[in-house]
Amino acid sequence: MARRSPLRGFGRSWLKPFAFWLLAAPGLWLFAQWAFLLLGMENALGFNPIETTHRFLGDTALRILLISLAVTPVRDLTGWLPLMLVRRRIGLAAFWYALLHVIAYMGLDLYVAAGFSGSGMWIGLWEDVVQRTYITLGMVAFILLIPLALTSFNTAIRTLGARVWQRLHYSVYPLAVLAIFHYGFMVKGHQPGPWIHGGILAVLLAWRGWTALRSRPSTPSLASQG
Amino acid sequence: MIKRPDAPWQLKTDLVTPKTDYLNRRQIMAGGASMVAASTLAAPALGQTSGPGENPALNARTTGYVLGDDLTPYDAVTGYNNFYEFGLGKDDPARHAHRMTTDNWTIEVEGLAERPGSYRLDELIDQDALEERIYRLRCVEAWSMVIPWIGVPLADVLRRFEPSSTARYVQFFTYQNVLEMPGTRFPVLDWPYREGLRMDEAMNELAFLAVGLYGEVLPNQNGAPIRLVVPWKYGYKSIKSINRIVFTDTQPETSWNQSAPREYGFYSNVNPNRAHPRWSQASERVIGGGLFARRETDMFNGYEAQVASLYDGMDLIRNH
Repeated sequence: MARRSPLRGFGRSWLKPFAFWLLAAPGLWLFAQWAFLLLGMENALGFNPIETTHRFLGDTALRILLISLAVTPVRDLTGWLPLMLVRRRIGLAAFWYALLHVIAYMGLDLYVAAGFSGSGMWIGLWEDVVQRTYITLGMVAFILLIPLALTSFNTAIRTLGARVWQRLHYSVYPLAVLAIFHYGFMVKGHQPGPWIHGGILAVLLAWRGWTALRSRPSTPSLASQG
Repeated sequence: MIKRPDAPWQLKTDLVTPKTDYLNRRQIMAGGASMVAASTLAAPALGQTSGPGENPALNARTTGYVLGDDLTPYDAVTGYNNFYEFGLGKDDPARHAHRMTTDNWTIEVEGLAERPGSYRLDELIDQDALEERIYRLRCVEAWSMVIPWIGVPLADVLRRFEPSSTARYVQFFTYQNVLEMPGTRFPVLDWPYREGLRMDEAMNELAFLAVGLYGEVLPNQNGAPIRLVVPWKYGYKSIKSINRIVFTDTQPETSWNQSAPREYGFYSNVNPNRAHPRWSQASERVIGGGLFARRETDMFNGYEAQVASLYDGMDLIRNH
């Protein structure tokens, strides 16, 4: 498909730094707003800066995760091969924002609600994870993301072997589903946000399922040739 | 003007922190957090809270309904709202609510009452009877504000409709207009928004119909031109922009209860002992009070003395 795409080599030199700054931009923006807030300057965090921070980090993590899942389909459709150079970078960015999301929730909410007590924070975390479905879902999704981030280095791929590594990294799909449910169970009323993000994930999953089915018959013949 | 004798639980006027003091205290805090333009709030005459002059001023007598806490800054009260008809973001109401037309407002009164019909706002609200009450508003999302409302007791207005003896509940509806309210294009809730109270709750002295805040006419995002304020219940019970009132003998539909009955009960009394299924209600974030400002949530939002008797013998966890 699109074998002779004009996009074939486009961006090979500048795509990686470009992606880095693009992915870092939301975090830098949030950092700047917090700096303005703490310095008593005008900022965009509103009257509930902590809530705004949670929402912003959660939205950013989920959206970047969806973008990372869209990389391969977009390459297949456009033939833009250098895109694969930034796929890992995008997936890792989703992890970093998810980590910040968890740290903000623990540090700005649980730690403060526990009267600035570290042990109270962990007790609060356990109570939330046990009692609140959306926290449980979010936390499981985050924990599933950790091994993917830890094995995102070339040596990890070599050590595990491509097949095991690939299997492990397929867990990004169920964890993305959990993240969508985390979002959906968090909001009040029937809000469009979780449906829009869930719809995009469903399209990406369907694309992957369809391409996998289409390529299956060719696999045994390739194997027999080998 | 009806002069009510001060009840024993009400603070005597001289025990209340003088306004200049708490404004000063807030200005000091605001200096650090830069959350407020406190300078816009000059010390008013007659003790009534004054606003920044964005809307026409209202004259109201002060009452003993006050709190010892600092008022939530005007900008936060009018800039951080849940009014899903105008969008889901907290700043959406302030951005979009100007589209709502509140001129020639009427309220349809229906159901089990001797005097149903269509009432103009000025027929229902006697401008000379306006009073200022400072109440805490506790949102179900675990944040709170302290707001100086202006209005009249709900009971005084409901009595004019002469509810019949069979009326056990009263239901309220919010105005609905999809052209003016962009949020109603999405079925977030079953529009129009609706709320309800048991008659004895509605006739309680604390139940209030507000037409203003901070000494001025209500901004649209706060529920202009007339809204309910039921301070011992979660904020969503205090329905905004009311244009229809129905007296019933059965428990009426209420929007959030219809949407998620496990999470939002008909009563929705503020109760720190009954966690929302998705978050704790034991404490609350104080909006405008500084970055980490929190307080423990009080039973009935601190109005236990006035309303606890309404629920004698009721299981308040089951009847949440």
